[in-house]
Amino acid sequence: MKPEISPQTPILPSDWQRILGGLQFPAADLGQVLAWVELDLDQNLRFEKSLLLLMEKGLVWTNGKEVMSWPILADNTLVHGDHAGVGHLKLETPHRLENIWYFTLAVNPHVLRLQASFKKMNAAHHVNEEHVINEYDKQICPICLSPKPANTDACPTCDPEDDAPPSTWTLFKLWRFAKPYQNKLLLGFVLTLLSTGATLVPPYLTMPLMDHILIPYEKGQPIDFHLASLYLLALFGAALLAWGLGWWKTYLLALVSERIGADLRNTTFEHLLKLSLEYFGGKRTGDLIARIGAETDRICVFLSLYALDFATDVLMITMTAAILVSIDPLLALVTLAPLPFIVWMIHVVRDKLRFGFEKIDRIWSEVTNILADTIPGIRVVKAFAQEDRELKRFVDSNKHNLQINDRVNRVWGLFSPTVTLLTETGLLVVWGFGIWQVAHRRISVGVLIAFLAYIGRFYIRLDSMSRIVSHTQKAAAGAKRIFDILDHVSSVPEPINPAPLAKVEGRISLKEVGFRYGNRAVTKGINLEIAPGEMVGLVGHSGSGKSTLVNLICRFYDVSAGSIALDGRDIRSIGIADYRKRIGLVLQEPFLFFGTIAENIAYGKPDATREEIIQAARAAHAHEFILRLPLGYDSLVGERGQSLSGGERQRISIARALLINPAILILDEATSSVDTTTEKEIQKALDNLVKGRTTIAIAHRLSTLRKADRLVVLDKGEIVEIGTHDALMDAQGAYYQLYQAQIRQAAELVEGGAIGDTVQENEDVQQEESLQMMAKNLGGGV
Amino acid sequence: MTNLSHRLERDDLGRLVLIDHVGTRHVGVYPVRAFPITAIEAGIGLMDSSGKELCWFPSVTLIPRDELQLIEAELATREFMPVIEKIVKVSTFATPSIWDIETNRGPTRIRLKGEEDIRRISGNTLLISDANGLQFLIKDSTALDKGSKKLLDRFR
Repeated sequence: MKPEISPQTPILPSDWQRILGGLQFPAADLGQVLAWVELDLDQNLRFEKSLLLLMEKGLVWTNGKEVMSWPILADNTLVHGDHAGVGHLKLETPHRLENIWYFTLAVNPHVLRLQASFKKMNAAHHVNEEHVINEYDKQICPICLSPKPANTDACPTCDPEDDAPPSTWTLFKLWRFAKPYQNKLLLGFVLTLLSTGATLVPPYLTMPLMDHILIPYEKGQPIDFHLASLYLLALFGAALLAWGLGWWKTYLLALVSERIGADLRNTTFEHLLKLSLEYFGGKRTGDLIARIGAETDRICVFLSLYALDFATDVLMITMTAAILVSIDPLLALVTLAPLPFIVWMIHVVRDKLRFGFEKIDRIWSEVTNILADTIPGIRVVKAFAQEDRELKRFVDSNKHNLQINDRVNRVWGLFSPTVTLLTETGLLVVWGFGIWQVAHRRISVGVLIAFLAYIGRFYIRLDSMSRIVSHTQKAAAGAKRIFDILDHVSSVPEPINPAPLAKVEGRISLKEVGFRYGNRAVTKGINLEIAPGEMVGLVGHSGSGKSTLVNLICRFYDVSAGSIALDGRDIRSIGIADYRKRIGLVLQEPFLFFGTIAENIAYGKPDATREEIIQAARAAHAHEFILRLPLGYDSLVGERGQSLSGGERQRISIARALLINPAILILDEATSSVDTTTEKEIQKALDNLVKGRTTIAIAHRLSTLRKADRLVVLDKGEIVEIGTHDALMDAQGAYYQLYQAQIRQAAELVEGGAIGDTVQENEDVQQEESLQMMAKNLGGGV
Repeated sequence: MTNLSHRLERDDLGRLVLIDHVGTRHVGVYPVRAFPITAIEAGIGLMDSSGKELCWFPSVTLIPRDELQLIEAELATREFMPVIEKIVKVSTFATPSIWDIETNRGPTRIRLKGEEDIRRISGNTLLISDANGLQFLIKDSTALDKGSKKLLDRFR
């Protein structure tokens, strides 16, 4: 039989086909290739391309010169592993290593595919099993074979969008946000046109002022005061008009751009909130804050100042050029001739400066990084008396900053004088040619003066125009970063027209649940049925997939394979908010928002009455300590608020979960970051919470799960044991070993007298502490 | 960690096997360097497959000759940190950027995701991580040729 390998085995790249065609190749028909991978490292870990093919006859390897092949025997295995970014694939018989291939993780998905095909072929030697398309295959990008997020078409690995550097065209995407304001924008454009026109009137008037009033006076005619005052009035009128129009235009466009900026911010934040936890996991908070805050502001400033200035400049220059040509084409030509050269010069210098400024930006972030490093760690710095060293680090990077600044300033200092020099030279040319023209009676003095007046404005504009380049690029980069967020499709999509949830019993069924993060399978083939009102404890080493399972049940991520159902209904068909409202979550690190305690308790149900809040607080054993605070339920907590102990914060978060009266309760290490006495109080609060709800609890301390109806032992993403504490202890399996290990360590600690003060800063300490707890429990007779 | 008498050998499956002083066979042990970048010669540990230390040599010079050969052969397949000798071309100065580079392990092409993936380890030594998680080393950024330095300068 021909083993069907995958829905799509990609075709070999043409250059390899050519090479293979020229070789003495074991299998003439390349159509027999079941899977292939282009390895990018050779035996000595040098970058060298070679090809590994899986054919029906066996494995074939070639680097274009040599060909090697191995038949597939029933007891052969392909072992895959990776270390420090380099993967290896070993072909082994039970007794011998046949060969080993190395590759970088760029081709890892292909290698995994080949390995899977190999396994299937091997299995076919033994049993004639029916081929089932692996559920994973449905979620794999057909081009690069890497897994893509569920339910999207775009592949994050080979999406070309991601590869492109920020282009100025990105700015045009902003049109979506400008559209609601198109009428205002149109008006703004007309106003720009008019106000620019108005500013061009005064130089035009210098012409008749010269030719009709001053020159005749020079020649002995009396000044026509009436005409003069008329011209001056017109001058003043034009100035006044330009002022008024300019003000209106700037105000209007600033207004619009601020609104566009605000819309952009709102939309981005709205979209961000809807994205899955997966997205937040891969991003730094500071980066996201900067994108929504600073980048939108930068775009806003760009639109209201630079884009506007640029438009004015372009208008001004075209209009001036048109006027100049209409007055005297020849003189206009001479005037405009040095223009391209000046533009080019300015551009070159600006370019140089831009890199300098970029560099300064980077150095500047290094300086701030030192601050961000040192200030939060100030206790450590002081404790180890390393103030001088931190100071030296700071001084050094400041020195670096100075050096680069000095270098840039040298060019920068040269810049303005150069522009001035070029401008003066341009003026000189106009003066010279103008005088020559006047001398030959081709133009009047007035025309020359008007030209000079225009040209002055002209060159000033050129400088500001050249500035636009870098600002446009910055704004484009900002726009790209914002659209990165906006274009990101949530990997936890909202179902279309979900039917609302009626009363929830709380039966949770997991069927063949698998989840992968990137290339790594975190959990696989999990089957679990949780009855309404049952309490299930999840147990296992760290990294065994406990938290992943909880995240999947909360639908913070979507499963890669299989399904999770609530009361028999797939959770992907339930509205996300509707579903999550049925879940109460108590985390290891309770998060309190800035606000009063009452607000924090009512976070999940903002319209809760005061009685409800107090009731929840009482049930969570939080009522008494809250009343002891000077402001009771009105005490401010969270960042900058009243400081509460870990246990107190935890009880507030328990009250928060109690208030929404959820059908399902999830306790993710709810008691592991507090000391033993506090834990007892929290445990009491939790007992109230658990009553009558489906509960899933994760705990490092096995003793805290004594109330659980069933314990589920996880290892490497798979369920290894399920049962009650007693049953599992009797079975003497994985749970028994975990339990014994904890008891042993706890006993050692007691003997060694290692019980000291509790510091809740790192995990090790927490672990130690949990062992102390164990030890105490032992004393009480577990 | 003291080094009681032990024996190191390679089995047919290509794995390193350490036979300790009581005769237990630890299959699949692997050597690791303590300071792979700043001091290659100082400190090599032998770990068992679950990551427990079995044996510690404070310096390469203290390893018996026959063992050293096995250890170095094993390290050669585990250590992969190509040293960038030349940056030939970059696709763009904005990230993500595709770099064509020459390394001590041959020429290759990497994708730099962001400027923050270029990190300074100490002095002028830089560590560059590409989009696939491979790490490349620039031993002394000031010792690169002029063209490479100029290209590198645009990113840091």
